Amino acid sequence: MPTVTMNVNGRQRSADIDPRTLLVQFLRENLRLTGTHVGCDTSQCGACVVHIDGEAVKACTTLALSCEGSNVLTIEGLANGNELHPMQEAFREHHGLQCGFCTPGMIMTAVDLVRRKGNNLEEKTIREELEGNLCRCTGYHNIVKAIAAGARNMSSMPQSKAAE
Amino acid sequence: MAATGIGAAIPRKEDHRFITGKGRYVDDINRPGQAYAFFLRSPHAHAKINRIDTSAAKNAPGVVEIYTGDDVAADKVGGLICGWLIHSKDGSPMNAGPHPALAQGKVRYVGDHVAVVIADTLGQARDAAEMIEVDYEVLPAVVDLANAQSGAQIHDVAPNNVVYDWHLGDKAATDKAFASAKHVTKLELINNRLVPNPMEPRAAVGEYEEGADSLVLYTTSQNPHVARLVLSAFIGLAPEHKFRVIAPDVGGGFGSKIFIYAEETICVWAARKIRRPVKWNCDRTEAFLCDAHGRDHVTHAELATDADGKITGLRVSTKANLGAYLSTFASSVPTYLYVPLLSGQYNIPAIYGEVMALYTNTAPVDAYRGAGRPEATFVIERIVEMAARELNMDPAEFRRKNFVTQFPHQTPVIMCYDTGDYDASLKKAQQIHDTVGFPSRKAKSESQGKLRGLGYSAYIEACGIAPSAAVGSLGAGVGLWESAEVRVNPIGTVEILTGSHSHGQGHETTFAQLVSERLGIPIDNVSIVHGDTDKVQMGMGTYGSRSGAVGMSAIFKALEKVEAKAKKVAAHVLEASEGDIEFKDGKFTVKGTDKNADWGTIALQAYIAHKFNGQELEPGLKESAFWDPTNFTFPAGVHICELEVDPATGSTTIEKWTAIDDFGNLINPMIVEGQVHGGIAQGVGQALLEGAIYDEDGQLVTASFMDYCMPRAGDLPTYEVGMTTTPCPSNPLGIKGCGEAGAIASPPAVINALTNALGHENLQMPATPERVWKAAQGVRLRQAAE
Repeated sequence: MPTVTMNVNGRQRSADIDPRTLLVQFLRENLRLTGTHVGCDTSQCGACVVHIDGEAVKACTTLALSCEGSNVLTIEGLANGNELHPMQEAFREHHGLQCGFCTPGMIMTAVDLVRRKGNNLEEKTIREELEGNLCRCTGYHNIVKAIAAGARNMSSMPQSKAAE
Repeated sequence: MAATGIGAAIPRKEDHRFITGKGRYVDDINRPGQAYAFFLRSPHAHAKINRIDTSAAKNAPGVVEIYTGDDVAADKVGGLICGWLIHSKDGSPMNAGPHPALAQGKVRYVGDHVAVVIADTLGQARDAAEMIEVDYEVLPAVVDLANAQSGAQIHDVAPNNVVYDWHLGDKAATDKAFASAKHVTKLELINNRLVPNPMEPRAAVGEYEEGADSLVLYTTSQNPHVARLVLSAFIGLAPEHKFRVIAPDVGGGFGSKIFIYAEETICVWAARKIRRPVKWNCDRTEAFLCDAHGRDHVTHAELATDADGKITGLRVSTKANLGAYLSTFASSVPTYLYVPLLSGQYNIPAIYGEVMALYTNTAPVDAYRGAGRPEATFVIERIVEMAARELNMDPAEFRRKNFVTQFPHQTPVIMCYDTGDYDASLKKAQQIHDTVGFPSRKAKSESQGKLRGLGYSAYIEACGIAPSAAVGSLGAGVGLWESAEVRVNPIGTVEILTGSHSHGQGHETTFAQLVSERLGIPIDNVSIVHGDTDKVQMGMGTYGSRSGAVGMSAIFKALEKVEAKAKKVAAHVLEASEGDIEFKDGKFTVKGTDKNADWGTIALQAYIAHKFNGQELEPGLKESAFWDPTNFTFPAGVHICELEVDPATGSTTIEKWTAIDDFGNLINPMIVEGQVHGGIAQGVGQALLEGAIYDEDGQLVTASFMDYCMPRAGDLPTYEVGMTTTPCPSNPLGIKGCGEAGAIASPPAVINALTNALGHENLQMPATPERVWKAAQGVRLRQAAE
């Protein structure tokens, strides 16, 4: 079995894996990072979104071997120690989650959205950009509010953290 | 304790673990030495199984065991049950065909369970499943309701595929009302089949503890105790005291995780056979194929009105598709959860409903958010809207004229509405929505080439699903109370053990708010324990918007017992008579004095037990209660949908949504509003986007998120949510329940708005752009001809 090595949440991680192993399986099963979820098999629901080299990617349709040498950030690595990332805090504050299953992917997508579109996000922009993330609980109402607030609050973050 | 007590819109306690990726769902659980199950499913909708050859597959790498229906039969594993007995008009019991966990001799829908492969890895199990050879003799498939009675017979016990032919109400009185009616409105509708699709697919880990000879099942369940009861008492896997069922964090349910399915049953059964834990995780396509679907009715309805525009009668005839097997509560949904709600918010003297439930070669159909009540609301709110239009009355005024205004109100179809103020919700909704401004907004849309419509839905539902005796008299096989236990620790922190189960509803917060309010302690000193049959003695679980009204009432009752006991302890500690002890804001005081002790002191003294005679007053502080209410609860409200249609493309945009609901007293308004948002989204999904479609061979065409249109953020509006309040009289907290209201109210609001925009009634759900475009073409042509 080939060996894959990547940096996950700031740590070098390595494992011998079946070549067909998906990134999400590597994270969940080899590294026991179970915050990244699998909600579908067709890249539609976004519960598995992580960042690879700073960009949001669906880990359910990414081969782990293709991430050799990459920097991967998952929901578990988003907070700064005990200090929540502003986007995490905004989801809590605005009741942007119910069952919590889509939430890690939503937050990772939202952080990426801010990277791409800036801190002042219109409702319409947020709704359009959530095309690839499904939630069955919230009706999106509070997710949209949370992302707008989280985006604003990210403007006060140090540039290096915000980029992650 | 207002800061964290009843009525406080505080953020949720459970959120921290979910936003940091530390939730613990079933798929996150791995047991030492576990093997993986993969189910070989039927590719045919209806076929005889002549032979299954597993010999090559059994020799594939990593395969531990392969089981088929023969193994299940040899082990005398009981079939899956339907726990609600319905009798037909002629008094005969429903025709319930056998429902083995693995098919025996025949498959009845695409996705039916043919064999299970258990292997060291999931990949190996999948690979081996492809090597199983099954000799099928394909039979004609029965797919839709129109052909169900004339098609091939699916179960030996059910001629013409009839499960039951049931009715409720006074037919003669209703026919009489129609005979003397001034006007009769007629409605033909299809209530489209939906796939629940909680974002977390089902999953299970079954485990056998050899030393204790007991079973453990980790499962994505809304009601772990019911799962244990069914798996023990009916399927017969192990007695309850040797069987632990754990439902940890569960990622949404919406009804689909109430039921006891084949996969979970097989995992825990097989774990004992192979002496290894067995894990199964449903992929999304399997969820589409095999999770119980919702709705799927074809209905003809008629509404009689008199010369004053008063409703005098309602006659409804429905065919309900129950799929290939009767799921756990399937039979109750199109009967007692449906016809008793047809009276809506209206005073209707005569109602008659008849329902023919049919088998088809499709996935089983059971409760999905609202369960029967959305179907009833769609019938009454569409036909009331149409009647108003036919009578040239304002739809709001027509409703107002027929509202129930006196309570209690006994409908002709079982339900006795306890309290409500329907006009208050309608007025408030109209005011917030600015319905007066609608004509000018419509004119503006038309000037831009768009059609604009406004639709009302004045819904009522019966939830807080309970009175055990009442549901028992209607055929339920179980009681529908709830249980709770309050454990006070010596330092005064509190554990609440509840039979309710949270899979998104926020019980860890709202239940703690109740304790905070009652005991005057911070919510951080309260933990909510649920979802484990080894910790919580019994419970009926969470569905039917019952956790607040029924589950919290049980906690309330147990808290009252705790308070009474604590007062006895306080009397000894404060050297006063028990009758002089007062308890308020976490402090015990002796009436008329400044002698006092705080909650923590009394909790500690209850366990130290130095200050009282342990023979006269038992040490400790722990009480339990079962709560069985006297009635359902009746949330009601008015939703207004305003939308714009582009006749050139058929696209519909919801411009404005106002929801005014009466849920009685609220514990956490933020969470309640969140429930409303989510419910509306599912209802809008039904109205505009979603529909499970089988082709004529019984293949599910919409079996992935690429083919089944789930509502996305861009499809939905921001909602304006408000409340009116009439406290529920049948529970001590005055709670009615809010979990399903949005999904019940919203579909008719959307279709009433669309048909208002189009100017005709010829539109079925889901009103996809294609359907709306076609419907709008007629409108444009007509306008051109005028």
